Amino acid sequence: MSHALQDQRPAPARKSPAPAGLTRGGLPRWAPAGIAVLSIALGCGIGLVADLHSKIQWGLIASLLFIGITYAASAVVENRRQAKDRVTTSLVWVCFVLAVIPLLSLIWTTVSRGMKVLDGDFISHSMNGVTSFEEGGGVYHALLGTIEQIALATLIAAPIGLLTAVYLVEYGRGSLAKAVTFFVDVMTGIPSIVAGLFILTTWNLALGFGPSGFAGSMALSILMMPVVVRSTEEMLKLVPNELREAALALGVPKWRMILKVVLPTAIGGIATGLMLAVARIAGETAPIMLLVFGTQLINNNPFEGAQSSLPLYIWEQYKVGSDASYDRAWAAALVLIAFVMILNLVARGIARWKAPKTGR
Amino acid sequence: MAKRIDVSGLSAFYGTHKAIDDISMTVEPRSVTAFIGPSGCGKSTFLRTLNRMHEVTPGGRVEGKVMLDDENLYGTNVDPVAVRRTVGMVFQRPNPFPTMSIFDNVAAGLRLNGSFKKAALAEIVERSLKGANLWNEVKDRLNKPGSGLSGGQQQRLCIARAIAVEPEVLLMDEPCSALDPISTLAIEDLIGELKERFTIVIVTHNMQQAARVSDRTAFFNLAAVGQPGKLIELDDTERIFSNPSVQATEDYISGRFG
Repeated sequence: MSHALQDQRPAPARKSPAPAGLTRGGLPRWAPAGIAVLSIALGCGIGLVADLHSKIQWGLIASLLFIGITYAASAVVENRRQAKDRVTTSLVWVCFVLAVIPLLSLIWTTVSRGMKVLDGDFISHSMNGVTSFEEGGGVYHALLGTIEQIALATLIAAPIGLLTAVYLVEYGRGSLAKAVTFFVDVMTGIPSIVAGLFILTTWNLALGFGPSGFAGSMALSILMMPVVVRSTEEMLKLVPNELREAALALGVPKWRMILKVVLPTAIGGIATGLMLAVARIAGETAPIMLLVFGTQLINNNPFEGAQSSLPLYIWEQYKVGSDASYDRAWAAALVLIAFVMILNLVARGIARWKAPKTGR
Repeated sequence: MAKRIDVSGLSAFYGTHKAIDDISMTVEPRSVTAFIGPSGCGKSTFLRTLNRMHEVTPGGRVEGKVMLDDENLYGTNVDPVAVRRTVGMVFQRPNPFPTMSIFDNVAAGLRLNGSFKKAALAEIVERSLKGANLWNEVKDRLNKPGSGLSGGQQQRLCIARAIAVEPEVLLMDEPCSALDPISTLAIEDLIGELKERFTIVIVTHNMQQAARVSDRTAFFNLAAVGQPGKLIELDDTERIFSNPSVQATEDYISGRFG
């Protein structure tokens, strides 16, 4: 009975009578995790013994140990080729961790410091009547300004950028298209302060308008446009040519083909690109400082008078240098990050909702 | 319905490259004409000149005349959009619109050409899907995306979409080359039914298919790679496959080519 059972049990893979050339020793599955723990422990140990103050040094030692031990262990137990493979994998992991650490620490710092004064009052009140050293006050006027300025900038930049991309992909041939592409590329590199100065000299100094949210929006739209053009262009290029031909062969005019077939097919990617462009301008400070000027009061009208915005508010509060204003600056930073994140989630939602359906 | 196509002295270019040279032929109404020939001999290009789709390709240019009954497709003031409504096309790879449901795909040609009453639209969609032998398979899921159908069903959906706009002529560019034998059979049966109502021109690499479905067959060839393609001969399908008048045709259909 026991014999029969033993016979039926499949032999372990390594002992199976496969040709000798196909078997090899192997590290257990938990080996990478184990080596990581070991090298972190060693890194901390060496750091303590050698009395290194900087935790960065500890981390670097641990990373190098991780890669070294991985290679050594794999080369001994497995073989050279496998060892190289594992070293490459662990390099990717180390780089990933190195990239994530600053990001996580940034979010952690912002959340832990920002939560101190962030509450309903902070969101719903302005700085009206609050001196910089006092506690209290809020971010309402800045949040309102940011939303209005970004909305106006998007209203200006999105249609122009979208139509430019449609021109480049669907109509553009020859030198004009090349020139447009070139200048869009150049515009991508315009520093935000230059865009601000351009609007300042034309709109404010030459035409004599005072500071307003709208002036800031114009500068922001200059920064936004090339990003929208570029991302939309790439998305439109991804639309298969067969769909265009299918529509044209049905006797559909070109503009309807673009409107009803090409744009809907690419709408998910276009929305994502648009939101990335919005996220890029949401944190701009320099043009706002020049053109919107900043205020402590609520100003609902983006076309008249100074407004505030979140990045500008953060800068102002930090500049004051009191404990209360530091807290307000961090809370405003948290609001700004949350605002951009919500916009991103909305964009992803739209992209998923509008994406071409594949289900049965 | 169903018009005669009369081509005379037609050449097509990609930029400076001449793709087909001086082709003249007549396509009879209510019949199936098959184009056969080696790859690169210009049969697809020639097909696309018949509904002015060739000029959609950057650098595409055409010389010569294509008469649809008594109208020259390349005459002055001819609207290519109107031409394409009269001469429909089915492509090599099934290409339903991915953002649209099955119903919307079939209705696309009508809807994109202007507004239509909903009841009339539903009737046309049903008629077109029945015409493409697809109605029974999709009638319960007209609101599902067209890309969820199998390859053969998608191709029949594209045929339904093409016949929904009631063209006079239907051009098919290797409509079965991406399909399995069963789906191919379904499409071939469908072609047999559709020729009662439309003039059909089909490009195919499958000579058995040409022999099965077509009434007349045209053989295209090119002298050498880089040379423009030419029409070698056009005759009744039976004659082309049994007793062609040109040696090159016989070599090609019997596999002794090159």
